[in-house]
Amino acid sequence: MKNLKLSPSQQDQFPTGEPVNISRRRFLLGAAGATTGALVLGFGLPVGKARAQSGGEVTPGTRVPAFLEIRPDNTVRLQSPFVEGGQGVFTAMAQIVGEELDADPKSFVVESAPAGPDYLVINNQMRITGGSMSVRTSYDTMRKLGASARNMLLQAAAIRFDVPLAQLTTEPGYVVNSSTGQKVPFGDLAEDALDLPVPDSEGIKLRDPSTFRWIGKPVDRLDIHDKATGKAIFSIDCAVEGMVHAAVQHAPRLGLGVGNILNETDVSAMKGVMSIHRLPGAVAVVAERWWNAKVAAEALQVEWVKRDEDGSNIRHMPDDFSTVAFSDHLANQTGNGKAGEEEGDVGSAISNAATTVEATYRSQFVHHGQLEPPSALARFNDDGTLDVWMPNQAPEQFQSQIAGMTGLEASQINVHSPMLGGFFGRHFLYPEANPYPQAVQLAKEVGRPVKLIWSREEEFLRDPLRPMAVVKFRGGLDADGMPVGLEAISATEGPTEGIYGHNPDSIDPLALEGLTGKKYAIANRRIAQIYVKTPAMLAYWRSVGHSMNDFFYETFFDELADQGGHDPYELRMQLLQSDERLSNLLRAVGDLSGGWKRGPFTAEDGSQRARGVGMASPFGSESAAIAEVSMQNGDVVVHDVWEAIDPGSIVNPAIIEAQVKSAVALGVSQILMEEAIYENGEPTARNYDLYPILRPDQMPNVHVRIVESGAKMGGIGEPGLPPVLPAIANAVSTLTGQRVRSMPLSNLRFES
Amino acid sequence: MKLTINNETYDVDADGDTPLLWVIRDNLGMTGTKYGCGLAQCGACSVMVDGVVTRSCVTPIDAVEGQEITTIEAIENDPVGKRVVEKWVEHQVPQCGYCQSGQVMAATALLKEIENPTEDDVEAAMVNLCRCGTYNAIHAAVKDLAEGGAS
Repeated sequence: MKNLKLSPSQQDQFPTGEPVNISRRRFLLGAAGATTGALVLGFGLPVGKARAQSGGEVTPGTRVPAFLEIRPDNTVRLQSPFVEGGQGVFTAMAQIVGEELDADPKSFVVESAPAGPDYLVINNQMRITGGSMSVRTSYDTMRKLGASARNMLLQAAAIRFDVPLAQLTTEPGYVVNSSTGQKVPFGDLAEDALDLPVPDSEGIKLRDPSTFRWIGKPVDRLDIHDKATGKAIFSIDCAVEGMVHAAVQHAPRLGLGVGNILNETDVSAMKGVMSIHRLPGAVAVVAERWWNAKVAAEALQVEWVKRDEDGSNIRHMPDDFSTVAFSDHLANQTGNGKAGEEEGDVGSAISNAATTVEATYRSQFVHHGQLEPPSALARFNDDGTLDVWMPNQAPEQFQSQIAGMTGLEASQINVHSPMLGGFFGRHFLYPEANPYPQAVQLAKEVGRPVKLIWSREEEFLRDPLRPMAVVKFRGGLDADGMPVGLEAISATEGPTEGIYGHNPDSIDPLALEGLTGKKYAIANRRIAQIYVKTPAMLAYWRSVGHSMNDFFYETFFDELADQGGHDPYELRMQLLQSDERLSNLLRAVGDLSGGWKRGPFTAEDGSQRARGVGMASPFGSESAAIAEVSMQNGDVVVHDVWEAIDPGSIVNPAIIEAQVKSAVALGVSQILMEEAIYENGEPTARNYDLYPILRPDQMPNVHVRIVESGAKMGGIGEPGLPPVLPAIANAVSTLTGQRVRSMPLSNLRFES
Repeated sequence: MKLTINNETYDVDADGDTPLLWVIRDNLGMTGTKYGCGLAQCGACSVMVDGVVTRSCVTPIDAVEGQEITTIEAIENDPVGKRVVEKWVEHQVPQCGYCQSGQVMAATALLKEIENPTEDDVEAAMVNLCRCGTYNAIHAAVKDLAEGGAS
């Protein structure tokens, strides 16, 4: 029988996602010491304050020891600049570095890198895990890094064996003397290699891509077994010695603060309750166990009062805010807005057109709905440093914010970035939508490490939303039914201007992306925005502006095609004639689906079905989808989705296929059923019961084809999503004869 | 209260109405079983109780006293669970992985109850939510197991 009162030594064994001693590191890779006897490339590189804080003194992605540790057992520990959240980036990083280092990706152990200038590998100045940017923006840098490390190992071997460098080569994991055949494991050379200067990355010779063993191959993911057996550690799983638990109750509306607590004494006496705390816009309970903290936090009867303008960057939610009314407010906007893209003279093109088409489209607010509720674990250390474990897509940004709120130097704040239980844009910095400020305040107030978990209900209350838009389209067709002009005016607020503030002199490109950037040969175009500030907090959401704008554009495109008497697939083909890449992609998705077949037609099971097509040009990639739908009891059923994606060139086709399927699922979920509704300033749904997300039985069979055009490498995580929505909407219109101009489809009633 | 989890008996200091999930995670420090919704909506918290898949977030511990509880930490000690994990690896099912403990648990419970489940059996049993949309891969892995790939 085990006694469950844990001693501190037992608690020490709790997982933190990283070796336990990393928190007090004076060395960037201090945790390397956790492996007894490891010969560590990185050990001994002190990260001084000046160096850590000044990106100028470090060329990101070049200091091999900041990234790589090769252990005596020949495993390679890699600090990934990008956080793993299901998109497979740890495996991709191992493939890219391993290819040039000459080490099998299987031998890699990959972790999220701490905050620091070495890891700002996106254009050598920043990093986030987002925007489908990781692999495409760091590909060359990470290859050079692997090649530099290989070069250092070769040099170390040349010195040790006193042979010319030219006599040495490598095979996976070993330096080989080509004259004698003698082989030395990398792990035996790592310590010597440490003493050598890192080669100038400019002069590093990279492998001929035709000889790649791992890049471009469906290498197995490194995290699968751990994730199938519950061993993967997420923020919510992290624990440290002496930790207590916390739960919060947020004000029902952002902008309210804590007034009187009516039953503080009673709640203080509840089981396990240690203390009750007043936070900005929330009350918290600290307890030995989270369940006790949660029950007590929810029991608190708080008089919420209007908060003073305290300089925090939040929007005070009005008590009459209604999403239905806000959608109408957007629809009632008039004027031409500010153009984000303009070509020719759309006004006269439409006035002189043989036929004009007008339609208004609407989108909805949606939640991220990542399955891991947000959490944060904060620990102040005796040496004045602070450790914070939290889901985040931008370690340096979080570090900087925590420095601001605590008065600590950034270098005193150790940001840990465990695996993300889904992210989809949820874990960027959003004012009062991340739990870490609360955890830090609580840890300070109780003098012990605090792990704060937001319940699902608290998460849906504070989850910032994907923006809403209402788009008014006008299109003009010539006598042959060919589009000669297209105007789209979107009343909306982009996520970036929503988070960081609106600049009246410019446009947030993310507000319009997906309406802009279309490659169809329509001579006269105008895409514009009417900026309307949203009372709710806004966020990035997988594929960002594209997550709704391609729905608008590509669905209206089918209206133009129908009005002009053209098949929508054929019309796309015609208008993309001069674009070889997109013509090929559209052909590819048509072929993948067995040849374009619009329908309606009778399927083998007797159901009436139809297909629709949509395209998108998101995040440097190109994507095209065809969806097949039927109606069952008034609900839309999506049976199959065929999607072709052209990211230019690739690193792992298996991961790409998985990411496209994942993006399809989120797209199907959004268009079929998702909608965050507010009434009286509060969300009507605070869990999955009233905010349903796609269930297994609603998932279409997804078929993926990767087209490698050789164009500049594009993104993967997001581009699969945008074309799915219009493909479904267009299929539903074909099947039912009713135009689909809004999401989700669950709000619509179909006649057939 | 005494709970039998993964063939070990634990003396647990918690009220009888405490959800099993939080006893497993906080009192015992076994974090493979996940909290997703707390309402038995998502299934991330699935464990087996006497071989039956059970949502631990809404199961008070006094309801499972004396029963055999299996969590993901012991899944590979179960011959069926071990095969499920192998197929999960073969089909490269997880993405973020947060729901996968529950998915593996649901598949294991299904196959322990019905060796060769039909399509309808699979649809009825595999109802846990996955926000990454790994449903196609889950289905392929379970189908593979149902058609004898498990043995």
